Formats: sequence, structure tokens, C-alpha cells
Amino acid sequence: MSEPTDTASAPLAVTPLHDLHVRLGARMVPFAGYDMPVQYRDGILTEHNHTRAAAGLFDVSHMGQAFLTGPDHETTARALEALVPADIVNLGHGKQRYTQLLNAEGGILDDLMVTRSSDPDEDGALMLIVNAACKHQDYAHIEAHLPANVKLMRAEHRALIALQGPKAAEVLARHAPEAAGMGFMAARSMKVAGIDCHLSRSGYTGEDGYEISVKANKVASLAETLLREPEVKPIGLGARDSLRLEAGLCLYGHDIDTTTTPIEAGLTWSIQKRRRTEGGFPGDARIKEELANGPSRVRVGLVPEGRAPAREGTEIRATDGSVIGAITSGGFGPTVGGPIAMGYVSRGSADVGTPVVLMVRGKELAAKVTAMPFAPHRYHKG
Amino acid sequence: MSTRYTKDHEWVSLDGDVATVGITDYAQQQLGDVVYVELPEVGKKVTKGGEAAVVESVKAASEVYAPLSGEVVEVNPALEGAPATVNEDAQGKGWFMKLKLDNRGDADELMDEAAYKEFLATLA
Repeated sequence: MSEPTDTASAPLAVTPLHDLHVRLGARMVPFAGYDMPVQYRDGILTEHNHTRAAAGLFDVSHMGQAFLTGPDHETTARALEALVPADIVNLGHGKQRYTQLLNAEGGILDDLMVTRSSDPDEDGALMLIVNAACKHQDYAHIEAHLPANVKLMRAEHRALIALQGPKAAEVLARHAPEAAGMGFMAARSMKVAGIDCHLSRSGYTGEDGYEISVKANKVASLAETLLREPEVKPIGLGARDSLRLEAGLCLYGHDIDTTTTPIEAGLTWSIQKRRRTEGGFPGDARIKEELANGPSRVRVGLVPEGRAPAREGTEIRATDGSVIGAITSGGFGPTVGGPIAMGYVSRGSADVGTPVVLMVRGKELAAKVTAMPFAPHRYHKG
Repeated sequence: MSTRYTKDHEWVSLDGDVATVGITDYAQQQLGDVVYVELPEVGKKVTKGGEAAVVESVKAASEVYAPLSGEVVEVNPALEGAPATVNEDAQGKGWFMKLKLDNRGDADELMDEAAYKEFLATLA
């Protein structure tokens, strides 16, 4: 049997929960420069299903947390709007928004979450959460483009955990009663089990849940408190990947990168109307053109026939044999109960139901373009 | 009839010149939940060290190498509908294929159980 080929040689960073992962029997692997749990004792399938059925606790402390601070909201928001296509000026108090750092060609440098504090006294500050593998480039890029009166402050003393699943709200309410009243993509500071935290009702699994930012020296205590709840189990990066794939969510470096635009990636929803009209972000000319005339290729969901998964890099062909794209994420969807994938195909082949051929180990595997998400989103409404 | 092992974590059980081949319990633990096994066609000739099958977990695809040279004479029909059999009984009901060996004597070069256990100890 071939061995997995993780051959990172640089010393790995650890999160403040590293000791806890090891104690919980995690299998640790290198990921984005960190030694991270890919799974715990129960395995990826069980962890995935547990998150869909109850509540899973994820360590996402490797992600980059930072604050942009300026004299007032308008100034800070405009500084960020020069780098991203989302409407940040009109982001409400206590609201979070998904967006992308773009290059001059409209390609995606990283995707990120932007949060405006619920406290008007903190106006002028925006919290950013960026991908672990991109954070150093992101910070350099942002700092190089900020006006003199807006600063980037890295929040390296903060950890981040996610509690995800249909029981997440019920569990968290035992330790933070106010959390239950938060709407989807709302953000607030509050105590959880007596610990100062910053919460957002969001996540990357397609389930209801929260991301909880907390000081690094308090996160182990908070995680252990949540893990003592009978509904909660620790979940590794393996299930995080299968959950987000079923939810149709992009993984940076795979489904989106510097060669893909938000329009190609199906992220048009994340560009609010004012920005589509006004532009004023990197690559705006291309993005306006793609909005008007359609991109040449688009990200689609794919369901292979049978049980064989088709992995990242698999060539996608039309039924006439012409190459129309490639898979960017693919694997087995435990909730779907079969193989699923996403990838880019030329626009003419992107309609739901279009039959395509996947070249898996030199053999043709029939598949169909499918609507995403593969497993329905169950975000909190209300 | 004795069971032999490879450093690639395959096991081989000999019955005359026919070898039943699978992956070891250690291998299935390392892989995690098996969701698909691609088996060779019956009649295919495989060469020792060459790719003979592919086993896919939720996370990744791994190649299974032929532990010995020979012709595939049977594949495990249970794995198509129930790939998790590999996790449940890797060294029993989760067998992959039967090979009619080119040279039965080749099996003697593989590790016996004691040697394989010693080898596993070096990986821990």
C-alpha cells in the first residue's frame, strides 16, 4: 500500500489546543505549517456524521485573526473595500460578511470573513479571519495598500474554535444564554462559561453553529467545557473537509486561487449591488465584464455514477471527448452516501444535468453536473 | 498454509500456488474508513511491486501493490457493495484478490508474522 506523502520538513507550528488533541487520541498531520488533527479515534466518517447529527468541536486556531483599525467605520471600511469586492461600508453593527482579497486580474488571493463589532464604541475596527496558509501574504498585501490612518493588528494571542451541528445552539446556550438569540452571520462579544469570547453564528460545515474567538490562554478550558457536553465530540480536518465539500463551500488553494475569479467560482452573491455598479476593487473591469457577459468557465457540482470517488485534478471531458475542465475537490460524501466533487467546466457544459466524463486512473467514469450544496444547508434562520 | 506480509502492508495467504491477497489490519487502521476499492479484472497479469488495486478512504486514494507476480484468478465480490468490510475484517472477509503465482517460491522472500510484527514496531 502506498504511504501518504506529507513531507513537510519545516518545523511545524502548534495551536494552543495541541496538547488536548494529542490527549484525545488525534492523528496529527502537517497542514498549512501547523501540526493539526486530521481525525480523532472515531475516524472521519463517524466524526462527519456526528457533526450532522449533534455537535462537533473544531480547532481552527491556525487561521489568521487580525483587526483593521482606523479613525471611524467609513475610513476603515473604504480601506478594505479597495482590496475586496464586498460592501463593507454598509455592513451593520454586529454583522459578519464573506469576501475575497483580489489581485489586479480579479483572481482570488484569499477568501476571508469580515466582522463589524456590535459595540458602536468599537467603530473603526473590523475583524478579519483569513486562511492559515495565506495569512502572512495576506497581511503583507493588506499593509502595503492601507492608508496611513488605518492599521493592521495581528491578533496572534487569540485562538479560534468552531462548534457546528444541529445541537450547537442548544449546547452553547447552557454556557452563554445570549448566543441562542443571534441570527445567521451575526457577531457579538459575550462570556461563554465565564470566559470573554467573541462569537459569530457561522461556520464552514453547512450546519448551524458558531465560531468562537477567545484568548489563547483560555481556549483549552473553554474547549474542555464544551467537550464535557454529551452532544459534543472533537472533529478533525478530515471531516471538516468532507462537511464543507457536501455544503458546496470553496477551499482556498483548491476550488479558488489566483487564477479564478469570484464570478467563475459562483461567489457572485458575495458581491453586493453597490460594488457591482461602482467597482473600485482590484480586477473590477474583468468582474464587471464577467457579470455582464458570463465567465468562460464556472464552478459546478459533479456526481459520479457508481461508487468510485474522483479526486482533485481529475480531468473533466464532454461526452464528445473534448476536455472541458478539471475537478478541484472530490471525494466521498458521507451524508450523500456516495462520491461527490466540484470543479470548473466551460460555461456551455455547466447546466445542471449535463452529462460529463471524468478520467479516473485512465478510465472513463460517467458523471452529471449537479446543483450544490450536495447536503442541504441548515443555517439558523430567525 | 501460512500468511506472509510485505513492507507495503499487504498480506498473502498461500493455498497451493494460489495466493489470497489483502491489506493488513495496520493498513486499514492507517487508511481509516474505506469507501471504495478498485479491483483488477480477472485474468490480469500483475507484477510484484506493480499496482494491483486502489483503496479509497474518505480522505484519499492509495495504491495497493502486487506482493507477488501472477495472474488474477478471483476478486472479492463483497467489496463492491460493502467496502467497509476492509475495516471490519482486513485479514479475513476483506480480502482483495486471488493470484495464481508465477513462482510459488517467491512467497518465501516475504516476511512471516513475527518479522512483520517486528517491522511494525519500527514504525511506531
